[in-house]
Amino acid sequence: MHRLAAIILKEFNQIKRDKRTLLLLIFFPAFLLLIFGYAIDFDVKNVEIGVLDLDNSKESREFIEKFTLYDHFILKYHLNTFKEIDYYLDSGLATLCIVIPEDFSDELKQGDNVSIQIIIDGTNSNVGMTVLGNLRAYITDYSNNLSANALKKVGIHKEPVPVELIPRVWYNQELKSAKFLIPGLIGFIMMIVCVITTALSIVREKERFTIEQISVSPIRPHELIIGKTFPYMIISLITMILIIILGIILFDVTIKGNLIYLFVTSLVFIIGALGLGMMISAITDSQQVAFMVSIIVTMLPSIILSGFIFPLNSMPKIIQFISYIVPLRYYLVILRSIILKGSGLISFWDQLIYLTIFSSIMIIVSSIKLKKIL
Amino acid sequence: MNNDISIYVEGLTKRFGDFTAVRDVSFEVKKGEIFGFLGANGAGKSTTIRMLIGILEPTSGYAIVGGYNIIENVEMVKQSIGYMSQRFSLYEDLTAKENLNFYGGIYGLDEKELKNRVSWAVEAADLSDKEDVLAGELAGGWKQRLALSCALLHKPKIVFLDEPTSGVDPISRRNFWNLIQSITDEGVTVFVTTHYLEEAEYCNSLAFIHNGEIITKGTPSALKKNVIKRKVFEIESQEPDKLIDCFKAEEFVDDISILGLKVHIIPNREDINKDYISGFLKNKSLEFKKIDEIEPSLEDVFIELIKLKRENV
Repeated sequence: MHRLAAIILKEFNQIKRDKRTLLLLIFFPAFLLLIFGYAIDFDVKNVEIGVLDLDNSKESREFIEKFTLYDHFILKYHLNTFKEIDYYLDSGLATLCIVIPEDFSDELKQGDNVSIQIIIDGTNSNVGMTVLGNLRAYITDYSNNLSANALKKVGIHKEPVPVELIPRVWYNQELKSAKFLIPGLIGFIMMIVCVITTALSIVREKERFTIEQISVSPIRPHELIIGKTFPYMIISLITMILIIILGIILFDVTIKGNLIYLFVTSLVFIIGALGLGMMISAITDSQQVAFMVSIIVTMLPSIILSGFIFPLNSMPKIIQFISYIVPLRYYLVILRSIILKGSGLISFWDQLIYLTIFSSIMIIVSSIKLKKIL
Repeated sequence: MNNDISIYVEGLTKRFGDFTAVRDVSFEVKKGEIFGFLGANGAGKSTTIRMLIGILEPTSGYAIVGGYNIIENVEMVKQSIGYMSQRFSLYEDLTAKENLNFYGGIYGLDEKELKNRVSWAVEAADLSDKEDVLAGELAGGWKQRLALSCALLHKPKIVFLDEPTSGVDPISRRNFWNLIQSITDEGVTVFVTTHYLEEAEYCNSLAFIHNGEIITKGTPSALKKNVIKRKVFEIESQEPDKLIDCFKAEEFVDDISILGLKVHIIPNREDINKDYISGFLKNKSLEFKKIDEIEPSLEDVFIELIKLKRENV
């Protein structure tokens, strides 16, 4: 007990003295949160559109005006010639151009089918798809209203649409991507912080040869391992709480689920990440190399292969298969279940088992590896 | 085994692949003595120490350290020894006191004992006004004494000091040796490696290691008598350079070395004495203050040993 306490105390003293790292541990996550929270936004809003109204009638103006009632679109440019469409799309000033034909109002009055031309900048496929979807919905709505009115005129008061869609969005009602990203961000930041701090703290002892002095003492390997990782576990938990508080303040995140579940599952994940950090420290000899390896092992897979940003379901089978070795994948499902859905153990017990397996393997293998250098 | 023996080494060998770092090394160290383990860099000193302190397993042979076998009972060996490496192994970002608390703690000292031992260490190492100074900001001599105190906190029966005085100024070195002598007075055995051969004079017993093998061992005075059988003369002069030029041409002089204003010569004939040399110098009308027949230094012994070894090969 005395030996374990001595190591923990020493580790905290060193952390306390290393102000730069301490600040980094606190501000780096906050910084990432701001960057990811504000910059990564899959919501397509404020699409600037140009309109070439060849009809210039009461009906066409009404049609256009209705666009602006949606906050998806901003009517920015009134065009006069087809040439101008090329210019506005090429220069990126407008994402979308609408052409209303000369006979728009006449055809409508006669009850004929009217065609409207829409030209979308498809460079960003995501934005293009979303805009197209929004437009379809808007125009269907508009047409249905017209048909209903027309039917009313002839005395038929019937629902014009046989099948109607009544959408209810659960969990993230406003469909905000920031809310979806925050649980992932918590996992992502914890992964990086845990792995790097642990790896560096042990490699630093190797670099300065203090590890030799420790290995001459009668300290047991498990005491050293627990003593060295415990302080970083505490720091990681503080970091997590900090991110959550920032998420609540800045992005209206609410934790719908049980805080105890959140705490326990996070602990399992943190232990696994600390184990990974120890593993890196066992196989590297300098802080620089350990840092590089930690970044490569944590950053890329956690961003790309965990479902943090890109949905795993739409990836090729082989890549989905590789993603099973990325621990964040499991933790993410758990975090999203608890924070966004507020669901219980029933919805993530399998993920928790995988995560526990991962953490156990990490701790066992890294302990064996570290024992060899002690 | 004899109760007076603190370290007993029998046929200790360490091979790394094809390379034999330590070959069939045997010696014993008595309780409470300062044992000097001497040799050039790469001779096998550190490898031997690392085996004795339980962090490197020998290929063959064994050793009993403080009553415990280094192979079967590593934990007990570790608890009964202290170790100070040439790099001092202090946490430079911790204060002197925090270093002491940490090293005392990992040896399992309880709070009360730790407090006692830390205040002992602060006094012994003369650190009383430097307790709260970061170890990295201490000068070499202080660092060295702090490192030694860290190794002594748990009252080990034996301390291993690997090149403890490297990179430390001469006055600090003398203070350090005084400290070492005071701990042997309390019955602690000191096992020390050094390449400062004049420091080896502080040792009660010595062993020379060369290419992984022990080439000789014994007390400093016995080594001087047994290894160098010829006489050594010391001549003090204001013009040592002229003396050297002159001796170089003479067939009766075997070896010449110079230490400041003192010239050492080893003649190759038994019949040469002080009178012969002074007559020779007067004859050449060379100035000198005095001539003495002296005891050879350990440096002379070491150089002679290596020379003999080469001749044998």
